[in-house]
Amino acid sequence: PPGSGFQSLLERQGEIRDEELGRLCSRVCALLGREDWGPDALDALRRLFLIVSATKHGRRLEQPCVELLQAALCSPTCPEQLQLLCAAVLREVSPSRSLSLTCDRVQNTQQLGLVASVLLAQGDRRQVGSVGQCALRVLESRQPEGPGLRHLLPVVSKVTNLAPDALHEEQTNTLNRRLGDWLRHASVQQGIAHSSGGFFSTPRARQVRLGTRHLPGPGPLSPLPALTRALVPEPPPSHPYSGFGAGSQPPSLCCSVVVEALDMLARVTCLTGCERSSGACVPAAAVQGLSSEGVGGQGRGSCAMSPVLGPFWPRTQGPAALRVLPCLPQPGPVTEVDGAVATDFFTVLSTGQHFTEDQWLNVQAFSMLRAWLLHGGPGGSSTPDADDRSELEGSTLSVLSAASTASHLLPPQERLREKAFEYCQRLIEQSNRRALRKADSELQKACLVEAVLVLDVLCRQDPSFLYRTLSCLRALHARLCGDPTCVRALLPVAQFFLHHGEAAAVDAEAVYQHLCTRIPAEHFHSPLLALEFVQFCRASLPLFGRHLGVLRSSFPNLFKFLAWSSPPLTAEFVALLPSLVDAGTAVEMLDLLLDLPCLTAALDLQLRSSQAASEKPLWDVSVRAAGCLEAFRDPQYQALFQHLLRAKASGTTERLVPLHQLLQPLAGCARVAQCAEAVPILLQAFFAAVTQFADGTLTSQLALLLLERSDTLYEVPGYQARVHKVLSSQFLALCTRRPSLVVEQAKELLEFVGSLGGPHGGGHMLTSVVWAIGEYLSVSWDRRCTVEQINKFFEALEALLFEVTQSRPSAALPACPPQVITVLMTTLTKLASRSQDLIPRVSLFLSKMRTLAQSPAAGSAHGEEDARAVLTRATELLNLLKMPSVAQFVLTPSAEVSEPRYHRDTNTALPLALSTVSRLVERDAGLLPG
Amino acid sequence: MTDSFEDSCVPPRAMVHAFLIHTLRAPKAEEGLCRVLYSCVFGAEESPDDLHPHGAERDRLLRKEQILAVARQVESMCQLQQQACGRPSVDLQPQSSDEPVPLHEAPCGAFCLAAGDPFQEPRTVVWLGVLSLGFALVLDAHENLLLAESTLRLLARLLFDHLRLLVPGANLLLRADRIEGILARFLPHGQLLFLNDQFVQGLEKEFSAACPR
Repeated sequence: PPGSGFQSLLERQGEIRDEELGRLCSRVCALLGREDWGPDALDALRRLFLIVSATKHGRRLEQPCVELLQAALCSPTCPEQLQLLCAAVLREVSPSRSLSLTCDRVQNTQQLGLVASVLLAQGDRRQVGSVGQCALRVLESRQPEGPGLRHLLPVVSKVTNLAPDALHEEQTNTLNRRLGDWLRHASVQQGIAHSSGGFFSTPRARQVRLGTRHLPGPGPLSPLPALTRALVPEPPPSHPYSGFGAGSQPPSLCCSVVVEALDMLARVTCLTGCERSSGACVPAAAVQGLSSEGVGGQGRGSCAMSPVLGPFWPRTQGPAALRVLPCLPQPGPVTEVDGAVATDFFTVLSTGQHFTEDQWLNVQAFSMLRAWLLHGGPGGSSTPDADDRSELEGSTLSVLSAASTASHLLPPQERLREKAFEYCQRLIEQSNRRALRKADSELQKACLVEAVLVLDVLCRQDPSFLYRTLSCLRALHARLCGDPTCVRALLPVAQFFLHHGEAAAVDAEAVYQHLCTRIPAEHFHSPLLALEFVQFCRASLPLFGRHLGVLRSSFPNLFKFLAWSSPPLTAEFVALLPSLVDAGTAVEMLDLLLDLPCLTAALDLQLRSSQAASEKPLWDVSVRAAGCLEAFRDPQYQALFQHLLRAKASGTTERLVPLHQLLQPLAGCARVAQCAEAVPILLQAFFAAVTQFADGTLTSQLALLLLERSDTLYEVPGYQARVHKVLSSQFLALCTRRPSLVVEQAKELLEFVGSLGGPHGGGHMLTSVVWAIGEYLSVSWDRRCTVEQINKFFEALEALLFEVTQSRPSAALPACPPQVITVLMTTLTKLASRSQDLIPRVSLFLSKMRTLAQSPAAGSAHGEEDARAVLTRATELLNLLKMPSVAQFVLTPSAEVSEPRYHRDTNTALPLALSTVSRLVERDAGLLPG
Repeated sequence: MTDSFEDSCVPPRAMVHAFLIHTLRAPKAEEGLCRVLYSCVFGAEESPDDLHPHGAERDRLLRKEQILAVARQVESMCQLQQQACGRPSVDLQPQSSDEPVPLHEAPCGAFCLAAGDPFQEPRTVVWLGVLSLGFALVLDAHENLLLAESTLRLLARLLFDHLRLLVPGANLLLRADRIEGILARFLPHGQLLFLNDQFVQGLEKEFSAACPR
């Protein structure tokens, strides 16, 4: 298996001592020093990389070794395999102060890429800037050696990613222009075999370029010098990058060189000539006649000669032109992913056997497009009139004017946007084709997502695109809704409508309704969609505005993602909950959160009952659920399952106890257990959010729901105890927020303590409720509190205490935790201090408790320490009750007591009272008769 | 048109920050640790505090710890997902090296990393578990997740093919030049590429020529 052997080998690397590393370095130095690029050097560098990368702690390389690694990296003769390793080793030892590497003198762009990777790994902003400058210089000089410009674009992309301000405005504009051309004007003929790296990658290409680059810039280009050189290619020198076309040239290749030379000439013309000259010398009518591609007049001269100038050739004449030169090899036009001949310009979804360099650049350009546009920002420095334009946002006038402006007249950034717009439109059209290869159909989906994201950026930066984009996206949305395989592209579409729905007066509501209703219910089991969906919700929250209601009311559906994949989504929902919950849905949401593991089980059944047998099961097949499945289809339980699996908030809560029992066989599933682990965290987040806005009524409702749900939870091992811990502390927090809820909800609280018959799940909930009764059932918190109420509670709690301590000392039942006993005793004492007729009764009870706690039976049942705690508390309370007025003061302090004055000023009653009380309670029964 | 995401001073980023390969152990495995077998960070995050630059040694340690933190999280996410599907662990059984690696069935997922934990910026991790190896891409928050997912599958397929990972031995550790060569072409500087099948084949040929077996 691929994992075997790693552990020990890696451990050995960590143990390698400096001497051994030193020996390896010397060996590397010797080999690199004499430019021995053979297998020994490869082996030594591989080992060196392994040693420096395998440990967390820095490995020091001797300076001569660093120097030689850098030299090899920049050497024109060192093979790529070794250079990759040199760069990797230098990256591994970075950040390093001893680097003298610079990309200024590197001619080969692929090497430049490697050098840049080392420099960018230093984490130094100035280095990043200089790498950017260097890459742009090479790009602008148009003298690429080796495999061409395509290796530079990712460098530029990374540079702007790391340091957005690394490029000057002029450089940005240059790249804007270039990107636009690469996007829109890549050849629509396939590349030629034997040069898979493209035209510029072969030594021949360099010759051609040498011929052209001395030509005067914007003037008319003569193809002759380049042609003569190209037709008589020099034998390729032995160069590590010449692997594709090395060896003898077949005669036909000469012809292909002509084609390439012409192709390149045309491109040079286009890149240099048309931008600068067309605006001045080409009449607007001519430009419009040449379709919307914005080609200037200069390209046309070359068109007549070249069969590979698709973009420059009026489309109707293209095929005819191909027949003009029958002697040339015919690689044929590029095709669409479905095999049809390409109908329009080249994109990443155009395919063929081989590709030309500009087609590679097209791929690179589109891949970096969105990040680059975002980097350019809205408006941008090159569009000083952006403000004026935005005033016309969405109006017919601006739409017309934008559409009729020939794109070559636009400033570079706007021109790039125009090209990007056309590109995305074409991708959307192309993604509708039926791909022949599976990988291409995956790419279509990724392109669709990207195209919509780019269109979104374009419309945000220049709203005049909106009008043209909206109709396209409306159609796309309709198409996507009918295609479940493209579901992930719906998210960027929805985001687009979220960003622009208002401006275009589109009823975006329907888009969100579809998104929130159908997608989670049908695709909750797709882990990546789930994350994307939740990320989308989080990112879009501030934009939902009046549509926020749609999202909020869809929480039952959103929770399906959470219930199914809780490990990666818990943190996301913790962040999302505060925005999702409002007063209208809080109670229902809490109810569903408590039923989340049950929802997981129900979703499991839903999948089991619907998924085709041929598909790989998404559930745990080792858990048999035949009985559950039957019940899932049983009409008797339909309503309950439908409620649990509802898509939208229903405004009601249902008791799902029958389902809890029914789904019991699934409670052991790992997925259910994972979800159950997440619930306490989510409950904390829920209450933290709710308490920000809950009023008295909501607080009471939530407290009641807590009481009600505390004993109706799905029985997953350990779930009840963990949830009770949270619920009990939250119940207290709710009571603290609204003390009068104890008086108001007296009936329910009485029912709760009466119905329990003992503590559940560690007694957390009971302890909190009993403590809250003792604390807040008092006239000082609520004037409506009556003596009858106090007496009723007293009786109920007395009965409970009797029950848990005396009526059933059976070993079969779990022993009542001492906290429950002490809090019951304290609460009874508190109540008695408020209704003093009860004092004899509670004193008698407490005496009994003392006796009980001292009995050997108690010690064995509860443990010595617990019994002692009960005994101490009973004694303290008894002593307090000897002085009823002190007891009342201590056990029911007025609200003022929390003021600082009562604690600072020794003359006020409190410190005095406290010292008296402590003397009383500490001295056991010594002072007073017990 | 106001938009919070463009008002912030840092423009939204959309590239790959790092690629890593690490071991995947069976859940609750007693022996060994989660090991990073290979990692490549595309351009270092700047030190948060320019005034008090940490030592170079500490910066490097921080990067390594960040990558290890990602690896550990991927491992536990993968284990949890496998458990949830009732597969106790990633299938560790050695299979014949002639069979194609079942990549389409490999567990796969994604999760977010909040800003500051462990990277300065919020990031998304997309991962793939193949046999006992975990492959992961650490992405900027605005990267195209669909493209990242298919790129990750492509990288895993290429690595299995060109490093002969199914053959017993430690090819992964001992042939870093191949990993580097594949990344330099298919994920240059952390740029996800929209490559159709023919482009992939072209690059693969180019790679085979540059790094002969």
